[in-house]
Amino acid sequence: MKMLNTLLPALVAVFSTSAFAGEAQIELKEGAGRDTVMANCVMCHSIDYIQMNSLFMKRTDWQATVDKMVNVMGAPISQDDISVILDYLTTYYGVE
Amino acid sequence: MDRRTFLKGLVGGVVVTWPGLLVPRSLRAGELPIGAVESAVRAALSGKKPLIKRTYRPPNFETPVRAFSGVITPNDQFFVRWHLAHIPQVAAETWRLEVGGDSVEHPFELTLDQLKRDFEPVELFAVCQCAGNRRGFSEPHVPGVQWGAGAMGNARWKGARLKDVLARAGLKSDALEIVFDGADYGAIDETPDFVKSLPLWKALDENTLVAYEMNGEALPHWNGFPVRLVVPGWSGTYWVKQLTSISAMPKPETGFWMSRAYRIPKDKFPHIERFLSQEGEDNTPITDMVVNSLMTNIEEGQRLHAGKPVTVKGLAWDGGHGIRTVEVSVNGGRTWRDAQLEQDYGRFSFRAWHHTFTPRRGGKSVLMARATNRQGSTQVYELIFNPAGYHNNVVQRINMVVA
Repeated sequence: MKMLNTLLPALVAVFSTSAFAGEAQIELKEGAGRDTVMANCVMCHSIDYIQMNSLFMKRTDWQATVDKMVNVMGAPISQDDISVILDYLTTYYGVE
Repeated sequence: MDRRTFLKGLVGGVVVTWPGLLVPRSLRAGELPIGAVESAVRAALSGKKPLIKRTYRPPNFETPVRAFSGVITPNDQFFVRWHLAHIPQVAAETWRLEVGGDSVEHPFELTLDQLKRDFEPVELFAVCQCAGNRRGFSEPHVPGVQWGAGAMGNARWKGARLKDVLARAGLKSDALEIVFDGADYGAIDETPDFVKSLPLWKALDENTLVAYEMNGEALPHWNGFPVRLVVPGWSGTYWVKQLTSISAMPKPETGFWMSRAYRIPKDKFPHIERFLSQEGEDNTPITDMVVNSLMTNIEEGQRLHAGKPVTVKGLAWDGGHGIRTVEVSVNGGRTWRDAQLEQDYGRFSFRAWHHTFTPRRGGKSVLMARATNRQGSTQVYELIFNPAGYHNNVVQRINMVVA
């Protein structure tokens, strides 16, 4: 079912205090780009998706995942942010 | 060398223990990606006992193996799997089911009371298993929810036959697929809505239900209250939760969740049922479940006493042919004995089984179980790799320590 969502920040706040309170405990590894990841990814899903899918993805695998989020799931992530996110995911949650 | 390092050493897929016999890797938590092991916690959603949290939002929670001690999976321990972050609380009084589409004569709407009152109620036992159950054991690992063995459950479902509901709407002769939508939706409008379809023949199967009860109770919110689709034999992806619309259509459904997700390579699984209107060049939708089994009461590395009888218990299931045999080996696959099958709750249900043996000191004490269905299909020793990690029915192996 489709609905209009106009208050994204408010919704994120609701999630962190309701059924998914545990989500607030999740911490990604410290490192360059973490804030950009947080700013873009938590809009649609908890960041344990990132932790869970490690450590086995190469840069090309993370690239495919981010591309899917943008091109299929419609995530509004800027080109600049995409490269920062990819660097972060590959460095801290990837393999080479 | 600790166990994790040891397991990493087995990444090649098989270990040769004696000439000519390939022994497959086991199903063990240590084989999940390290990040999946570290990010999993025990957590309870409202109305649920603590389950294995894979992700919080959308919520994906796995049933612990010890909850499979009975043939029925309790509602408060039944696994939870959602694709989209918004899962509204649906009120029974205001819920409506729209039945329509281009291929019906008379679209109509149902309340929950009408669904219960106007159609003959049917009850059946059926396994709901996520297509990606055991994905976390894929080698190499593949992206997705890194499930262990507990993205499944068996329940007694009660509801109206989908074919009776469709009959009231009057199907036109051009109906090709029946399309289902639920109340859930994504965090942003651009995210594809979770919409699934069934081929007409499966929708009209007398076992396909529009279900409003699970194990004698209303469905838990997290399992699709007030109404979900029950598609016995077929992968959980079709069991649309919080069902809000059913549409008969003359064309294939083209949304992302049908056309691109939940697909398997076309020729790797020759025995499964076909969904012709959705078949592509190289891939095809996942349909019925492959035959599988799970040992539920013996843990990896468990210490057993030599000479003292032990009963291994487990479950077996498939895509609706029914279980013919379960065999158990206590010596790593060298010899096999038939397990005792317990009560039959129907061909779509878990089938409980047990086998008693006396552990002996020395030799290989590796416990294995292998189910075969009435079609003659059996479990595999090596994963049939596919990019989304579906249909993992690799024979389980448990190392026992006999002292």
